[in-house]
Amino acid sequence: MARLDFSFLKKIANVQKWLENFGDAFLGFLEDTGGIVVLFWKTIVMTVSKTPRWYSTLEQSFKIGVLSLPLVMLTSLFTGMVLCLQSAYQLRIFAAEQFTADLVALSVTRELGPVLTAMMVAGRVGASMAAELGTMKVTEQIDALDSLATNPIHFLVVPRFIATVSMLFLLTIYADLIGMLGGFLVAVFKLGISQYIYINRSFSALVMKDIYTGLIKSVVFGVIISIVGCYYGFKARGGAEGVGHATTMAVVVSFILIIVFDTFFTALFYFVF
Amino acid sequence: MIEIIELNKFFNQHHVLRGVNLKIETGETMVIIGRSGCGKSVLLKHIIGLMKPDSGKILIDGVNISEIDEAEVNHFRTQIGMLFQGAALFDSHTVRENVGFSLYEHTHLAAQEIDSRVREKLRLVGLSGIEDLMPAELSGGMKKRVGLARAICTDPKIILYDEPTTGLDPIMADAINELIIRMQKRLQVTSIAVTHDMSSAYKIGTRIAMLYDGKIVALGTPDEIRQTNDPLVKQFITGSARGPITAEETQKYSVVADQNETSV
Ligand SMILES: Nc1ncnc2c1ncn2[C@@H]1O[C@H](COP(=O)(O)OP(=O)(O)O)[C@@H](O)[C@H]1O
Ligand SMILES: [Mg+2]
Repeated sequence: MARLDFSFLKKIANVQKWLENFGDAFLGFLEDTGGIVVLFWKTIVMTVSKTPRWYSTLEQSFKIGVLSLPLVMLTSLFTGMVLCLQSAYQLRIFAAEQFTADLVALSVTRELGPVLTAMMVAGRVGASMAAELGTMKVTEQIDALDSLATNPIHFLVVPRFIATVSMLFLLTIYADLIGMLGGFLVAVFKLGISQYIYINRSFSALVMKDIYTGLIKSVVFGVIISIVGCYYGFKARGGAEGVGHATTMAVVVSFILIIVFDTFFTALFYFVF
Repeated sequence: MIEIIELNKFFNQHHVLRGVNLKIETGETMVIIGRSGCGKSVLLKHIIGLMKPDSGKILIDGVNISEIDEAEVNHFRTQIGMLFQGAALFDSHTVRENVGFSLYEHTHLAAQEIDSRVREKLRLVGLSGIEDLMPAELSGGMKKRVGLARAICTDPKIILYDEPTTGLDPIMADAINELIIRMQKRLQVTSIAVTHDMSSAYKIGTRIAMLYDGKIVALGTPDEIRQTNDPLVKQFITGSARGPITAEETQKYSVVADQNETSV
């Protein structure tokens, strides 16, 4: 008969151990924050000081941009549709259904377009960067690059950095349009709002500021996804398990940073500009 | 000449290299023997500047490689070739791109010129017709030889071999030994090879050093090492479980290493 294992209680009760773990976690947090900032800085310096490898940037752009199109289309289309239904449902209470278009257009360009696209790309691309670079790290390929007098940041990080930032920017514009299209489809074919009114309202609701604040966010998110993905890849140690851990960390940390920076920028644009 | 002076290296609390002193003359093949996990790869990585010493220094022709800037380090690296323990081939590149990597990256040679050099180096290591394969399509021994071809592609003056014969069948291992000897005899390269394969060590080494407990504990020509009375060295070269080096020590070391890995 299996005995119940209460040893975990001992672990919880062991305050000293708990504090130690907390201390370790905190030090790890500081180390990662510092490491990410340093890698970001080195990448910027390398990007401006040495001609990037255009071929591999193009290759990465294809992988990051073009291959993300279906996924981003799916999420933005459905988000736009849901958003339209939800806002229509609430606006109906005030008999203000015609404002649905405004609401959808604003929420998509300012918030949902950039954030959802960034999350999709972080899950797809950030994870694969961490896995790829992590595998290279644990099999000494990064050391081999160095030993062949080739800077790994220039060779690996800069192309991914440029590709992610520029592709996320374009994908966000694409997501904005598709999201608004989703809203349009629901409004016109399900809610019976006139298509002319809808399109008119959509574009008159948007001012330049809504569009560029969204796009500024997308640039920041692109930086986060590429740098965090590469950082955890470079940090991977100890075989397949280490690579798995790096991948998980890359996605989790990217998500957290995306949310945090999104809040920060939304507040900044709201209060300052 | 490569001089390693009082080299110390820690990984957290794990003191791996504890004051290594070793001088490698130009044109010789120094073989460093030692047990798995004793820090042989770490030592090699210091010589090519992939790791920085916590104290002590490494002089290559009188230049301290841990104190010079990146451009100068890279200049040195173009003259040093390194064969990694697991070959470390770039798996997203073909064999040709792997072997010719430095030529593609750092020279303006025409594609045909690079191609012919790549073929020549591959022939040296006993391979041909595999230029267009990917590393994943190669066997372990082939990977190692492609790694070797990559290391010697720019005709370096110094070559570092990390366990060149481990994992190869005896005949292939001997072919690699021959190749290392030929590199030394014909091209006067300075080589450092780390291994625990004693037959390879006797064959290729002009001198053999033993790394134990983070220090060089013995140094001599292959004959001197073979006839040594030092119980430590004797136990290692005869491969005996009985002697001053105990199995528990491995245990102690790997436990410390494990702790290091989880706490990072
Ligand atoms: N990057 C690293 N971080 C932490 N510990 C390391 C690192 N590289 C090597 N070590 C530790 O140093 C010790 C020596 O490793 P190594 O030089 O690879 O041994 P070997 O003699 O088999 O080549 C091992 O205990 C290993 O765990
Ligand atoms: Mg090793």
